[in-house]
Amino acid sequence: MPALILVGGSTIIPLLTIVNFSVHDVFYGNDFIWVGSKWFVEVLNSKVFYDTLLRTFAFSAIVLAIEVPLGILIALSLPRKGKLVPFYIITIAIPLMIPWVVVGLMWRLIIHPQWGSFGSLLSLFGLQIDLNNLVTAWSVIVFVDVWHWTSLVVLLCYSGLLAIPNMYYQAARIDAANRWGVFRYVELPKIKRVLMIAILLRFIDSFMVFVEPFVITRGGPGKSTVFLSQSLMRTASQQFDLGQSAATSLIYFSIIVLFSWVLYKVMSER
Amino acid sequence: MSFEVGSEFELDMAKGKSVSSDSRKSVMYYFRNPKKYIPCIYVVFLMLPIYFLVICSFKTEFEIKNSITPIPMLGTLANYKAIFSDPQSYMAFVNSLLYVFMNNVLSLGVAIPAAYVFSRYSFLGDKHLFFWFLASRLTPPAVVAIPLFQFYSTLGIVDTHIAVALAHCLFTVPIAVWILEGFISAVPRELDEIAQIDGYSFPHFFIKILIPVITPGIGVTAFFCFIFSWVEILLANWLTTIDAVPFGSIILRAGMALGLNPLGWLSAMAVLAIIPGVLIIYFVRNHLAKGFALGQIN
Repeated sequence: MPALILVGGSTIIPLLTIVNFSVHDVFYGNDFIWVGSKWFVEVLNSKVFYDTLLRTFAFSAIVLAIEVPLGILIALSLPRKGKLVPFYIITIAIPLMIPWVVVGLMWRLIIHPQWGSFGSLLSLFGLQIDLNNLVTAWSVIVFVDVWHWTSLVVLLCYSGLLAIPNMYYQAARIDAANRWGVFRYVELPKIKRVLMIAILLRFIDSFMVFVEPFVITRGGPGKSTVFLSQSLMRTASQQFDLGQSAATSLIYFSIIVLFSWVLYKVMSER
Repeated sequence: MSFEVGSEFELDMAKGKSVSSDSRKSVMYYFRNPKKYIPCIYVVFLMLPIYFLVICSFKTEFEIKNSITPIPMLGTLANYKAIFSDPQSYMAFVNSLLYVFMNNVLSLGVAIPAAYVFSRYSFLGDKHLFFWFLASRLTPPAVVAIPLFQFYSTLGIVDTHIAVALAHCLFTVPIAVWILEGFISAVPRELDEIAQIDGYSFPHFFIKILIPVITPGIGVTAFFCFIFSWVEILLANWLTTIDAVPFGSIILRAGMALGLNPLGWLSAMAVLAIIPGVLIIYFVRNHLAKGFALGQIN
């Protein structure tokens, strides 16, 4: 039980601090002046906040739309037995173990027009990866995220597929189900739970994406790749607007909780 | 635990073979022909950028900037030598490993009893474990960083390894409890009772019986705690200044000004940052497979 208290405290104390910050005007982290809901009103009325929010949602949607189907497809096509299985699991898990800052750096090197392998290959065809172009910058960030995180979906779905007893396949066989039927009525219901976890995790993480855009595009061109977490960090660490950033993060927090809850309910009832 | 695959089973039935026969060659792939290349293509897609990084780390600066070759023509270890002769660079890795290790010990030490409680007793809020775990993932590090910094300066532990390790507990402990709860729930309650009847005291039971049973779970948990602590940079960067600087800060700082810093050196740093992750996957690979299977039971 003491362990439980310690554990509970580790999440609740920072949250309470944030709540405390959000209703005060904070100077140097010491002087608190009660301002009530001022910060919330200010944040909810600012266009910048909505722009960033919309951008973040768009990013999450794109990333999920690519990673989930791709992840399921790869998980389905992985062998379930044999000597290659450990090899596949290890190689697929590697991107997940790479520090995020290294991922960003690595891709920045690769797409460099002169020194990077991919960038210089494109230069041969007269193309160039121009991070000042809005579409290119977005594609690069989405691509890097797909490279980095599809593995999570793959591994979770794969573990779900492994748990399906053989008799389900036999039953499907007796019913003369085709490949799609097997997937729709046998595999999908069985991996629903892990798939839900994968989608939730991916949603949250893509919603909080920070390091990769920060390293690769630094929010540019203009502000087109500034996501919520980055603008939050900027308000907190460069402008020292603790109150405002705390209010933003509480709004941000409630959006994710709400979304996760809806997603959770919808998926567990089906 | 063995997993029979549907089509393989059918194939064997059609051929009139016994189901349990060893048919390794025909079983490699569940799908028909074109799809068996998908995993290979995916692995190549994953490995190419890493391969590029690794070869860059063995090239001289001149070679990186002037020619793109699949293998280094003038192989050199100078980049690695530069890192290992500069205490600031190599100590950064030692620092990171230290706080990750401390974090692992702390998280497991706290999470195993907590997971046991969650698994065996019912109380208010015990059904919301998953959401608690999610909530901790949702807390933006950017905002937690500031109160934490103040809190730690009051305690006087800013710029120490333990500060970073404690900060990382924010997200490693919930995930550890969540994973371990699944594993402990998979252990039948009768085991506790039998141990009690056999005269084991509770701590004795915990150490001698429960922990060996859930070793795969502990492996998987340590793996996840490692991942989350090792890859995290924002908090680690924020809470350290000189003595406990993690490798991430150095890479971040150098990476911001690409071109001002030697690329070979930067690649070598990045490769060194990848190695511990790869090693730990290799060590827990069997536990991981078991963990995947066991995690499914509940």
